[in-house]
Amino acid sequence: MSAKKQQVVDFAKIKSTMSDPYDKPVQVIDENGKIVNQELFDSFSDDELVNFMEKMVWERALHEQTMSFSKQGRLGFYAPTYGEEASEMGIALAMKDQDYLFPAYRDIPQLIQHGATVKEGFLWSKGHYQCYDYVRRGVRAWIPQIIIGAQYVQSAGAALGIKKNGEKDTVAYVFTGDGGTSQGDFYEGINFASAFQAPEVFFVQDNGWAISVPRKKQTAAKTLAQKGVASGVPGTQVDGMDILATYLVAKAAREFAAAGNGPALVETLTYRFGAHSSAGDDPSRYRTKEEEKPWFDRDPLIRLRKVLTAKKLWSQDKEDKLTAQYKDQFKQDMKDAEAAPEQKVSKFLENTFEVPTPNVAEQIKEYQAKESK
Amino acid sequence: MANKLTYIKAITQGLDQVLQDDPKTLIFGEDVGKNGGVFRTTEGLQDKYGEDRVFDTPLAESGILGMSIGLSLTGWRPIPEIQFMGFTMEAVDSVVGQMSRNRFRMSGAKSMPITIRTPFGGGTHTAELHGDSLENLFVGVPGLRVVTPANPYDAKGMIISAVENNDPVLFMENLKLYRSMRDEIPAEKYTVPLDKAKVVREGTDITVVAYSAEVNEALKVADKLAKENISVEVIDLRSLSPIDDATIFASIDKTHKVVIVQEAQKMAGAGAQVAADIAEKDIMSLDSPIGCVASPDSVFPFAMAENDWLPNADDIEAKVRDILSY
Repeated sequence: MSAKKQQVVDFAKIKSTMSDPYDKPVQVIDENGKIVNQELFDSFSDDELVNFMEKMVWERALHEQTMSFSKQGRLGFYAPTYGEEASEMGIALAMKDQDYLFPAYRDIPQLIQHGATVKEGFLWSKGHYQCYDYVRRGVRAWIPQIIIGAQYVQSAGAALGIKKNGEKDTVAYVFTGDGGTSQGDFYEGINFASAFQAPEVFFVQDNGWAISVPRKKQTAAKTLAQKGVASGVPGTQVDGMDILATYLVAKAAREFAAAGNGPALVETLTYRFGAHSSAGDDPSRYRTKEEEKPWFDRDPLIRLRKVLTAKKLWSQDKEDKLTAQYKDQFKQDMKDAEAAPEQKVSKFLENTFEVPTPNVAEQIKEYQAKESK
Repeated sequence: MANKLTYIKAITQGLDQVLQDDPKTLIFGEDVGKNGGVFRTTEGLQDKYGEDRVFDTPLAESGILGMSIGLSLTGWRPIPEIQFMGFTMEAVDSVVGQMSRNRFRMSGAKSMPITIRTPFGGGTHTAELHGDSLENLFVGVPGLRVVTPANPYDAKGMIISAVENNDPVLFMENLKLYRSMRDEIPAEKYTVPLDKAKVVREGTDITVVAYSAEVNEALKVADKLAKENISVEVIDLRSLSPIDDATIFASIDKTHKVVIVQEAQKMAGAGAQVAADIAEKDIMSLDSPIGCVASPDSVFPFAMAENDWLPNADDIEAKVRDILSY
């Protein structure tokens, strides 16, 4: 008996119409330095525009100097930020001091903008306990997360804590990348914050690559922003090579969340110009120069430089001087980092529990004796 | 006022008193709110303290323990429940990779006062991953305390200590003991230390070190052997990390014989650490080998076969007689 095939639900149709529910990525200046949204552009003062450029030049200089230190063997793990200056600084500038920041390992520049020092950034890379001194100073930022996704569930708790504390105009800010959105914790984090309607902004910096795995292999979802939809979290994409657009979208998301509307999600479309990390990753193993080229053309500094130069607000000379000035400061920060005190195992043991357990207490004595020799 | 409580209600009373005394404490997890927990451990607490303090979460363990970290960063004192210990596997990073490392990361400056309550233990014929004793996976984690009470008095005193402690504590509650024990305990708030074992029965011929439900099995053996004039000292470990060596050594210095009992599989657990500590630091007190009674190193069995697998009084008795025969 041949049963007539009945179509109960047309999944193929659903799939084909499951298009990106969002408008195309927000953009203010295109890669040629053309202002594509005059109204949004006009919302910035000249000083603000110059400040945006200075922040990106600062981050680029920090990257270059860090790579130089790294090659000299003076640093440990470093995840290059080259190419992501607009995304990182655009978001960082939309943050307020009272916000809780949950960075991942590529988000050291935002962490520094939020109150950590460059020296602490270097110490984090080198592996020294003083790297987290910013937490002691009361900076509302957590550690650069290594388990990419863990910061999402943690920040959802912080957002709920903010809500329970009744803190006004305060949000949790969390970062991950395209690869991070595949983690279970990513989904649990956005779902928890949404279920509790907690004040949080989720940032996904889609830089195209999770080490060697391209964005298209992470998911069949059309955008990463739409991953919020199923949890009731509104999301949007923004041109992450355009600092003005990134800043405006981050600010709008923050305002939405801070006003008690629940969390929002922002996907910045950017590109990792360099390697995954300074520790031996070689992008030529998995991507071509041809593929990289159009992204280098979208360099976030190029477009704003063009706009500012045309407005007589910027010059190459000014940029070179600034870069040199920043790098001199980073060299001093590195010297300070290198002067950090010797680390003691006995202290690590002392810091394991508030009241050392008997086994730990015994080992403290053992190591103190070794260290006093 | 009489306050004769089951093990589970002793925990409820302890939780009630910490919620009462510290407005920053929060209880949350799956079904802990209106339902009062699937075992009713948090029964009545949402009514009394409101949904802001006692609340249900989405069904995701990593989310529950991950949010505990964020809540503690923003000044709260979380008491999350993981519905069964087998479910903690979904949240291992939050425990092992995150909260337990916190004080170390912050050079002692910032604590994470999180008490993770979770039921475990065999003998109640549950579905898979409901009865497993998974402490073997957690006792080696630096910065984490692992404790488990074996009676109503300790259950109340230790849950209060765990919540008041400023470091993460994994608080294991034995399913089989929840309603099988009922004792008269003080109605007022009191504490029981988190890192002290307890001699629950004094004896002179042999020491049995056990924890959780196996303490009761050991006590049965002690009762039985007393009739043969064999004097068994029983120690309830209570803390699985750290191990209270001092109490154990004091006992074996007197009895010179020891049998270690645990419900968890034998490999690399709390019992193995007790044996290692004795072997390393107090072996000369012994006049016979260290005896170990544990579950076999298979997966926790199908429910109908639990009684063939779990160590019981007969197994302990046999091992005690064996060690005494040296």
